[in-house]
Amino acid sequence: MDNPIISVLNSTLSTVAQGIKYVPGSDIAIDYIKNSYQNDPFRVVLELGLAIYAVKYMMSKKYRIDQNHVALTEKEIDELIAEWQPEPLVQPLSDVQRMELEKSQVIVGSQGVRPKVQSTGKTLLNLAAANYYDFVNMEHIKEKAIETLRAYGVGSCGPPGFYGTLDVHMQLEKDIANFLGTEGAIIYAQGFSTIPSVISAFSKRGDLIVCDDGCNFAVQKGTQISRSNVKFFKHNDMADLERVLESIRVESLANKKRPLTRRFIVTEGLFQNSGDIAPLDKIMELKHKYKYRVVLDESSSIGVLGKTGRGLTELFNVPPKEVDMIVGSMANSFAAAGGFCAGHKEVVMHQRLSGQSFVFSASIPAMLTICSSEAIKVLDSPKGEQLIKDLHNNANTFRNAILTGANKDAIDLAGDAGSPILHLRFPSEALRAAGITTRDEETFLLQEVVDEVAVKDSLLVTRAKYVDGQERSLPRPSIRISISAAHSKKELEKAAQAIKTSFNKVVSKRNRDKYGTNVGGKKSQTTLLAGAEE
Amino acid sequence: MGKGSRASVPPSSLKSATAASPLSSQHHTKFEEALSVKEPKEKLYWKGFSSSAKNRALFRTSYDDIMEEPPYFTLITTYISYIILSFFGHVRDFYGFRWNKKAFSHLMPSNGYAALTSDWDSFWTRNLKLRIEDCFSVPTSLVPGRTVNLLERYTNDYCRSFQYTGKLKEVVNLASYNYLGFAQSTGPCADAVEDVVRTHGLSSCGTRLDGGSMDLHAKTEELVAEFVGKEAGLLVSMGYATNSTTIASLTTKGSLIISDELNHNSLVFGARLSGAFIRVFKHNDPEDLESVLRDAISQGQPRTHRPWKNILVIVEGLYSMEGTLCKLPEIVELKRKYKFVLYVDEAHSIGAIGPRGRGVCDYFGVDPKEIDILMGTFTKSFGAAGGYICSSKAIIDHLRITNHSSVYAEAMSPVVLQQIYTSMWSIMGRDGTSAGQERLSRLAWNARYLGSNLRKQGFIIYGDRDSPVIPLLLFNPAKIPAFSRECRKRGLAVVVVGFPATSIVASRARFCVSASHTKEDLDFILRIVDEVGDLLNLKMSSRKALEMGMDS
Ligand SMILES: Cc1ncc(COP(=O)(O)O)c(C=O)c1O
Repeated sequence: MDNPIISVLNSTLSTVAQGIKYVPGSDIAIDYIKNSYQNDPFRVVLELGLAIYAVKYMMSKKYRIDQNHVALTEKEIDELIAEWQPEPLVQPLSDVQRMELEKSQVIVGSQGVRPKVQSTGKTLLNLAAANYYDFVNMEHIKEKAIETLRAYGVGSCGPPGFYGTLDVHMQLEKDIANFLGTEGAIIYAQGFSTIPSVISAFSKRGDLIVCDDGCNFAVQKGTQISRSNVKFFKHNDMADLERVLESIRVESLANKKRPLTRRFIVTEGLFQNSGDIAPLDKIMELKHKYKYRVVLDESSSIGVLGKTGRGLTELFNVPPKEVDMIVGSMANSFAAAGGFCAGHKEVVMHQRLSGQSFVFSASIPAMLTICSSEAIKVLDSPKGEQLIKDLHNNANTFRNAILTGANKDAIDLAGDAGSPILHLRFPSEALRAAGITTRDEETFLLQEVVDEVAVKDSLLVTRAKYVDGQERSLPRPSIRISISAAHSKKELEKAAQAIKTSFNKVVSKRNRDKYGTNVGGKKSQTTLLAGAEE
Repeated sequence: MGKGSRASVPPSSLKSATAASPLSSQHHTKFEEALSVKEPKEKLYWKGFSSSAKNRALFRTSYDDIMEEPPYFTLITTYISYIILSFFGHVRDFYGFRWNKKAFSHLMPSNGYAALTSDWDSFWTRNLKLRIEDCFSVPTSLVPGRTVNLLERYTNDYCRSFQYTGKLKEVVNLASYNYLGFAQSTGPCADAVEDVVRTHGLSSCGTRLDGGSMDLHAKTEELVAEFVGKEAGLLVSMGYATNSTTIASLTTKGSLIISDELNHNSLVFGARLSGAFIRVFKHNDPEDLESVLRDAISQGQPRTHRPWKNILVIVEGLYSMEGTLCKLPEIVELKRKYKFVLYVDEAHSIGAIGPRGRGVCDYFGVDPKEIDILMGTFTKSFGAAGGYICSSKAIIDHLRITNHSSVYAEAMSPVVLQQIYTSMWSIMGRDGTSAGQERLSRLAWNARYLGSNLRKQGFIIYGDRDSPVIPLLLFNPAKIPAFSRECRKRGLAVVVVGFPATSIVASRARFCVSASHTKEDLDFILRIVDEVGDLLNLKMSSRKALEMGMDS
């Protein structure tokens, strides 16, 4: 037994064994191995196999998503890289897009009901801005904001989790919760970014969202980013909603093994894209019947609908605590900035940890927070009640003025009674008669109205704008009117008449151009486009 | 940069300093900042200092020595701590779900509704973060400047709820992103903002495209574009949304987004919305980026192997959790070869980095024209809010009508615009004073002074030597609340972060240096951190001996 190899092996093994003894806990491990070897050699083999597999798994390359990866030589890769020509990042602007850029008005000085515009230097009556109560020009709010500036500065310099929570933020959260009658509220730094974060904080992959197909872009993006299963129901059609809910119920009955998933009905209170009001009472009935949570986007309806401006829950007499998440914007009726979500304590708490644009973004400046708090204070006072009444009266005044009197057939009006947001469109018959078939032509025609009433009647109106190509389905082109409590009745009546006249004129001009007896008439079918290009 | 050599740096007064907090020292009354203290000429220690890649050589550093590994003992105890924490977490959950149904109701299905949130997703937040909630979301009041005022609060139920005493506690502020010290309630910015409240009000009452555009928007956009060195700029009312609502308008299906693995959540959010294919590369590793690019371009789109429409590489200028500066020169080199579009998020670097405060391009001497899209935010260096995208006119024009925020979100408020305008005007020196330059130099000096002295004290510090964000590694989860509480007790506000915001072992405290800190503040900070570091056994760096403080 004096084989040198064996003796070397022996001595190394014994040093290793000596070494192992110094590792704390090693004797237990050795004992364990010895015992198991005696009792159950099969198990040792199995465990060894597992350990080898684990090592192999860790050493192996990360798995590829792409199953059909092609092995290429370095030379081939270099050639492919040299050959590859990327497309330009953006395409040249289309005619409509160029018009969009050139025709948007710029306000000089303060926003308000009668702002000055840069293009002509004239003062126009503003029917474009969401300035429902003209809080931007309320002196005591400005003074309060300046006081805040002198104590807090402008920026908060940090996300809420990292010393960015100010006492004024907590106060505003309390104010909102009290105003709406919910357990709590949480504020975000931008209205638009609120609802995508709210939806994706709760609804995850595998969860289910049933969404109104007339909802605004922010809601659409929220459902997309959540990666949940999304089903749409026809805009404000409760029979269709029930049909969708019932079909889901039947489907899940057939598939009993699947665990219970979170389910949400997502809709908008006052629809930005149509001025319609969601029938919340009906939705709540269905919610209770089918056990869904309701996410209600009240961005345009908070401070606007209901006798005291508390939104849809007030309008339909629904207890606010029953709506799971009320999401709103402070940029509209409060004339400040930011968004909020109100609901149960747990709903709010969870967003503080996982509402993405809450956690990862600096909190809203103190000055703007104070504006919202002050706006709520005003709305909650007798003065506020009067303002809200004025707003509703004004909205109906304008609506009636559009729907009655001369040229009333020139406009197709969308928007429920009481809504300060109204959409004005050309009636389809009028378009057909004028030979207008494309969306772009209709858009240019509306822009003619916008331009004309600005010059002739000193009105500031705007077409509703959308991101073409990213909206789920583009609403038809329209002029969106926003009414303010600070408008006077006479102004609104006059404005409605002027707009109707203009709608009528623009279409009849197109008719004349098209069917005109003069020879040049034929050519002018394209003048609209050409005109806009100049 | 002139005389930014080490010789001109005054010695650290660590040992000689008295124990008194600068808050109570006679030099500073409440809210008085470095920037408003008139110091005698010979005390202008910061004069001529600037951060730039050229000066790196002076410190004999490169950006390769950034991440130091902790000792094995620390690693093992950290893992053991998490095992213990998760064990107790599961025990708590086990009993909670059975006998404390009320507190756990939102985690359980009830009455036909699924649980509001998943107990699995929130396991760590519930069992780690929520139990030390006193260290997070600390409410504050007044200006987050050189000092910050914490609302005093206490808890009787292990951080489930807090009671407020109504008192404020003023502490030195290392937590706010107030790099250039523009968070102020007095001075030129605040005065200009006050005027604008009177002339322009507080809201623009609409989106940029729907009649919410004001003269101030155009004016500020021009200035911002000039500042960063691009043709045109677009402002967005929230920094997060600047990323999350832009990327989808630049890329579509068929595009590829290659993103640094540590990119900010807003970039991830935007990329996901876009429908583009997303790949990641190792943090700040141009070699890995190159291998991803080679693979992606040669393979084309998955399944079809069709060539990609275009490739967008997204990096950050200064990573706010790591303190690393992106390796811009190397990435620009890659860009020439691989023809991708480069998007740099300068949220933390704009204003805070570079001899003229123009961000990483300025720092590395890279022409901003080389970078296709420059994004940044105003919440940090400018003491304002919101963000910008700067690029060629064609791209900005396209974004004006397709960026979700310009079409659907509230436009930036006039007060915020004015704060941006005045602060930027000052950094550019257009106000006819050197006040802006002073801020830049002070910040550069302060960042190096604090960073190098902390390294010298033996802490493991991540990040670049010139970074105003200084992460100090804590590792063990129990040290997260301990560090935060001990510092707060001694008059210092710091941010602490742990898993899951960082990797499981790399819990850290993060210091944000500001131009508004005086040298006494920094010495005070060093003294406190030294003390707490000894207490918590945090001086684990094995390179202690190699370090040169700024007093050597
Ligand atoms: C890299 C990066 N991008 C974007 C943001 C978001 O900016 P804001 O806080 O202004 O929303 C941050 C903020 O933390 C950031 O670090």
